[in-house]
Amino acid sequence: MSETGRHADVPEETLPSERHDAHGDAVAKGENPFADPGLPAHEHRVQDIDEKAARRSERVVAYLFLLSMLATVAFIASYVIFPIDKIVFIWPIGHISALNFSLGLTLGVALFCIGAGAVHWARTLMSDEEIADDRHPIEAEPEVKAKVLADFAQGAKESGFGRRKLIRNTMFGALALVPLSGVVLLRDLGPLPEKKLRTTGWKKGIRLVNQSTNLPLRPEDIAVGSLTFAKPEGLEEDSEDFNENIAKDALMLVRIQPQNIKDKQELAWSHEGIVAYSKICTHVGCPISLYEQQTHHVLCPCHQSTFDLSDGGRVIFGPAGHALPQLHITVKDGFLEAARDFAEPVGPSFWERG
Amino acid sequence: MSNETSATTARRGQAPRGERVADWADGRLGIYSLAKSNMRKIFPDHWSFMLGEICLYSFIIIILTGVYLTLFFHPSMAEVTYHGSYVPMHGIRMTQAFESTLDISFDVRGGLLIRQIHHWSALIFLAGMMVHMMRVFFTGAFRKPREVNWLFGFLLLVLGMFTGFTGYSLPDDLLSGTGVRFIEGVILAMPLVGSYLQMFIFGGEFPGHDIIPRFFTVHVLLLPGIMLGLLVAHLILVFYHKHTQFPGAGKTNKNVVGMPLLPVYMAKAGGFFFLVFGVISVIAAVASINPVWAIGPYRPDQVSTGAQPDWYMGFAEGLVRVMPGWEWNFWGHTINFGVLIPILVFPLVLVAIAVYPFVESWVRGDKREHHILDRPRNVPTRTGFGVAWLIAYFVMLIGGGNDLWATHFHLSINSITWFVRIAFFVGPVLGFIATKRICMGLQRRDRDKVLHGRESGIIKRLPHGEFVEIHEPLDQEQLHVLTQHEQPTPLELGPEVDENGVERKVSRSKKLRAKLSKSYYGEDNVIPKPTAEEFKEITSGHGHH
Repeated sequence: MSETGRHADVPEETLPSERHDAHGDAVAKGENPFADPGLPAHEHRVQDIDEKAARRSERVVAYLFLLSMLATVAFIASYVIFPIDKIVFIWPIGHISALNFSLGLTLGVALFCIGAGAVHWARTLMSDEEIADDRHPIEAEPEVKAKVLADFAQGAKESGFGRRKLIRNTMFGALALVPLSGVVLLRDLGPLPEKKLRTTGWKKGIRLVNQSTNLPLRPEDIAVGSLTFAKPEGLEEDSEDFNENIAKDALMLVRIQPQNIKDKQELAWSHEGIVAYSKICTHVGCPISLYEQQTHHVLCPCHQSTFDLSDGGRVIFGPAGHALPQLHITVKDGFLEAARDFAEPVGPSFWERG
Repeated sequence: MSNETSATTARRGQAPRGERVADWADGRLGIYSLAKSNMRKIFPDHWSFMLGEICLYSFIIIILTGVYLTLFFHPSMAEVTYHGSYVPMHGIRMTQAFESTLDISFDVRGGLLIRQIHHWSALIFLAGMMVHMMRVFFTGAFRKPREVNWLFGFLLLVLGMFTGFTGYSLPDDLLSGTGVRFIEGVILAMPLVGSYLQMFIFGGEFPGHDIIPRFFTVHVLLLPGIMLGLLVAHLILVFYHKHTQFPGAGKTNKNVVGMPLLPVYMAKAGGFFFLVFGVISVIAAVASINPVWAIGPYRPDQVSTGAQPDWYMGFAEGLVRVMPGWEWNFWGHTINFGVLIPILVFPLVLVAIAVYPFVESWVRGDKREHHILDRPRNVPTRTGFGVAWLIAYFVMLIGGGNDLWATHFHLSINSITWFVRIAFFVGPVLGFIATKRICMGLQRRDRDKVLHGRESGIIKRLPHGEFVEIHEPLDQEQLHVLTQHEQPTPLELGPEVDENGVERKVSRSKKLRAKLSKSYYGEDNVIPKPTAEEFKEITSGHGHH
């Protein structure tokens, strides 16, 4: 039979009964036409019988190792010869760094030839006679198991672990509590969320500044069919927390014919058809950057959430869960400015968002 | 006294130098006993056994190149203005992480090569693990006693994915920063704790100044440390269990047939490391990977189109992309199912394949050791499940690149998304059914080959004009290989009532097991292999064709 493990503890019915003896040892051929014929006789390679062929193989291996040495020399030479900024044209790859190309190629050849030499050596010159080795069951013999269990029982008994419950329980308590120190220490990894995710840098009277020109925006700067990106005035690129702020404040502006704005609140929060929406996708926070002029749809390039800017920033396709937040804008002294902060948190939703 | 003598003989140089060094080491480390069982350890030969080796070697290459990269990389989010050698980026504000990545690429000679070898090896490492896992799965190499090693391998795959993710996030370029933003959105979607976790992980609001240094520690120390431990354990178990082998002449469940570690596998496996390293070096020489200088530094308000994670994250990306945007608002709280469900399905799909060995051994009630590999056709249910799993995986990979599919093949992104949504559920079912049918067909063909021989392609014309194709009988090894597999009968629940007419109580789990067992061994799922009688009957000399 083919069992190598024991299964004394398994009820008979749960073992699949066998129709045939599987992977058993070779049986005399007469009874079983499918018997394992046993290991085939070793077939000699040409190198085993022809010394000339063997010497040829030896030479091939040596040439490969030699080639590897040459490649390493070439590697060092390339390192010295090629300036780091030299660009060369290599067909069919195109214009690439001469240094990277030569270093990689020579290193590759140096390594590959060592490997090829070793493998060729093993395949042609080392013995290729297959050897059968016995396997032994992983499970311990019953005597070993009995000894281990007895040892354990004795050790456990000597410790008094089971008998002295007070020690056991207090020890469990101590061991359970002590990792808490580690957890407490993690507290200063970061601040508490508080209202941070609910507020942005926009508030009443803050002017909208064009991202690319860094100048305050006038209504006439926003042309029909174009997408303009804006940030709050006073947020400078070289300020320490620019990234944290722009991650929430980034704005996109489009101009839509007022009669084409379908949402009433959107119309009220717009100025002469100029609407300002958060640029941060409400799905997982990618900046939205693709704008379709005719339909006023914007698409997030990360996960393809699509929003309708003429209809309150409603989600019309994709995995985003809610509309883009709109910023209420007005005009003062000829410049666009925020009337208030966003009415809802920008970016991806979170448990406390509500 | 005798000690002195042996010391004198040694000094006279009678024992060779190497032996004396080995003696020294043996007296302290016991190397002779260790070498006794391992030096001539037998390893079976098959091309598919090299897949795991590719993973091992690419892991070593990753460690070697990774250490080099740490010598030049600055894991800092401090902002600087670039003035380095790459002119197009002059005057642009970026973090030190991005600046030092540019320096590695443009100022350190060979730095770009090492960066590219590192990244390419990572892709190959993960692809290798995936294919290696499939080889182990489809041949049933995960069966007792190797279930634990299967789990070690699975953990290596999962940890490898996250090590890869934290690694490609480090340069802080526009693409990887977008990936980190995605992680922020995922963390925020966790009910109850999301915003707290986000603040703690990022050290404040996104992106903050902590995430790159923290990812760096995770990427170079925490995860690789765990992986190194798992990898060593994985290899020790391979040695301890001895390698599985395919059925063949002289190969039984109680032996292992192959060639010895010293010298053949020392040379072959050692050589293979250099082959893998060499090929990856050439790839890194000719194929650029992650050219961060063309992407630019990360800014939370900028993005590039065609944003894709590395391939091994494409599956998770697909789940996130095709999930409908369901969001629940109640009592001032929000549950973002659109993100939460994909992030739960992702580990579930992985766990489904991880626990499979335990499910199968439970269904089959099989407690024996297995060292002879299954031919996938002989276990149609397992093979079908594996194919179904792969289909689900690859469908989601399509979903993860839906924008690229749309632009490259001029398809509507909406219809691709809908295709993926439907195919994720339907594809695996169809794949399961089709695979099972194919397996049965192959079993039938094996049966025909055993009974009637191999079709030789030689057409013979009989005296009365009939044309027949000559079938050549198989040799003994093939007869053995095609018939050595087990075909157990399915688990029977027994009669519904006992001998006294009282209803027997059969637990629900047992009923389920009987049902599943039928799907493994039931009449509709097995082509009975030829019996010795059938074979003798047919081959006993009556003209057969």
